[in-house]
Amino acid sequence: MSRDIILAGIRRHLRRGPLPPDQAAMLSARLAEHPRHIIPKRVQLSRPELVSLFVRNLEKEFGSVARLAELAAVPQAVAEYLAAQNLPNELVIAPHPDLRQIPWASHPLLKLREGRAEPSDLVSLSSAFAGIAETGTLMFPSAPERPTTLNLLVEAAIVLLRTSRLVGPYEDAWDLLRAEGTRYNSSGFMPRNVMLITGPSRSADIEQTLELGAHGPRRLHVLLLEDDPTAKG
Amino acid sequence: MLVTSPAFKENASHALADAALQKALARARTHFQRRRADAAAGLPEFEDLRARAREIKDHTLAHLDFYLERYAENVERAGGFVHWCRTAEDARAAILEICERAGARTVTKGKSMLTEEIGLNEHLERHGITPVETDLGEYILQLRDEPPSHIIAPAYHLNLDDWEKSFREHHTGLPPERAFHERRDILTEARKVLRERFLAADVGITGANFLIAETGSSVIVTNEGNGDLTQTLPHVHIALASIEKVVPTLEDAFCLLRLLARSATGQDFSVYTTFSTGPRRPGDLDGPEEYHVVLLDNGRSAMLGGEFQPMLRCIRCAACMNHCPVYGAVGGHAYGWVYPGPMGAVLTPSLVGVDQAGHLPNASTFCGRCEAVCPMQIPLPQMMRHWREREFERHLTPATVRTGLGLWAYVARRPTLYRWATRAAAATLGWLGRKRGRFASLPFAGGWTGGRDLPAPEGETFFARYAKTQRQGKA
Ligand code: SF4
Repeated sequence: MSRDIILAGIRRHLRRGPLPPDQAAMLSARLAEHPRHIIPKRVQLSRPELVSLFVRNLEKEFGSVARLAELAAVPQAVAEYLAAQNLPNELVIAPHPDLRQIPWASHPLLKLREGRAEPSDLVSLSSAFAGIAETGTLMFPSAPERPTTLNLLVEAAIVLLRTSRLVGPYEDAWDLLRAEGTRYNSSGFMPRNVMLITGPSRSADIEQTLELGAHGPRRLHVLLLEDDPTAKG
Repeated sequence: MLVTSPAFKENASHALADAALQKALARARTHFQRRRADAAAGLPEFEDLRARAREIKDHTLAHLDFYLERYAENVERAGGFVHWCRTAEDARAAILEICERAGARTVTKGKSMLTEEIGLNEHLERHGITPVETDLGEYILQLRDEPPSHIIAPAYHLNLDDWEKSFREHHTGLPPERAFHERRDILTEARKVLRERFLAADVGITGANFLIAETGSSVIVTNEGNGDLTQTLPHVHIALASIEKVVPTLEDAFCLLRLLARSATGQDFSVYTTFSTGPRRPGDLDGPEEYHVVLLDNGRSAMLGGEFQPMLRCIRCAACMNHCPVYGAVGGHAYGWVYPGPMGAVLTPSLVGVDQAGHLPNASTFCGRCEAVCPMQIPLPQMMRHWREREFERHLTPATVRTGLGLWAYVARRPTLYRWATRAAAATLGWLGRKRGRFASLPFAGGWTGGRDLPAPEGETFFARYAKTQRQGKA
């Protein structure tokens, strides 16, 4: 079998046989402990500072942010954004419990559809699992309530992020997923797909010059819901 | 992919005389260098991360068998399939079989140097399956029937007018009077044309920047989002990865990821870093129903335990070529195979044989900049020296005939590259003729030049050009 031949070849070149049980146990322990490495000091900040770092980094990567005091402010914020960007009043929404609580009745002109994105959809609204201040990155583990296509097929992606879900380094976001992810899966905490998204899609393939809006969304807009009292500046 | 590495010297002189190429190279070179320097300076821990990243990879390579087994178990636990392949041929066959079982007519592809290495597109085409490159740079190269010239910026060698010309030639369904005022118009047209292809594809094939043993995930890093559309929309996702891509844990991967984008494009982090683990789960509204990993050796395991093992730490960031005066002068095509620049000069002889790529390690001024910027601290100049020594030993026995035959066999199996190579050869000859110079002898062409002269270029020599660029660089 190719598998055995490849593994035997690796061992032959490393000039050893299969690992003795004690060594294998040590490596298994390393996997189970998944030790952290060097975490940049720039993320060792107070919570309000983390929020500012996240916003700064996201804007540096051409994303935009609106800060909201309560969930009820979402429809107004969405309507304003769509108007400002000259986008139609139509959006596809992730079937996420958080988004289902939004009181849309105040804005009857917004046309909403729940589900995955279809090629004709121009705008999506989804809920991020976490935000990572280190680089202004959003984390989206796939789940029935978080379809992947919402991050990809639309022209403009609008994302709800709670400040209570904002962390400093990537490792903290993975720890959240390690703790909560098993609810999606029987086989471990990893869902089918985890996207880390930092700004709108872009390409520099034409003369090494950056252009926004390659194959994914041209615009990324974050609605930052300030639900964490300790994160208020 | 066709190996034209034995003709490095000829390729290089041709490149030096190519005005359009020189324009493209001059533009790109300073851009990448400045961006990387700014990004590295922006993270005080950058040097410590390099040292740690090297330890992580060395640890992984020393226990590669263990981590690969663990990785494969976890892929299978998540409902995916792992296809272990020793050679390029095995990998082509495995991928074709998956595509045929899925009844695939078209497959979309994310950017993957490994699919270039195994000549996948030609193989699929020969079996009636249409591969569609979706990375913007790879897409235009597919239209132009050219290989990439850089590992992260495949169309490094093209200028704006090349893009417009190719798009007009190939997108014949669009109004011919449409205008391309700026780069954005090119991008918009590509987005529209490729969107149709994404939606129509039956199988999506991506590479992998990393494999995570702990979770059984394959990781891709892109800016365009093409890799994500490729692996999300079709029924079947195939990730092609070589065995040295594995790292133990997510934490290990993030040590390397903090270095990758900074070293490559000078971004702090790429736009999309995506982890794929098995097929669609119950209740999911999208994602592929089948997930396959084609795990390829193709000469890597033989590099373990020897002087070239450090090359397996490479994360394909391209910093070494972006800072290489030789690459900067001649571009990627001159190197004659998939991997150009310093990393290619070390890797190509390991993977295709020193008889075919023995010239490449000579394409160095030993200035040491590649090693200084390599995030994985790979001693590239030292390894080029190893190859030079081996090449010298090899030359004690005549091998010209063996090289010629091996090269022919390689070419003949890859029709697209064969076409490209013959076109490049024709262009070279035309250009040689125009100059009306003479060659008294040519490597590999003694049968011809023994009795007569061959037309020769009167352009600058490589070293003259190099000296000039150095002087300008200092001014
Ligand atoms: S050799 Fe080093 S610098 Fe060159 S591509 Fe590999 S990791 Fe990057």
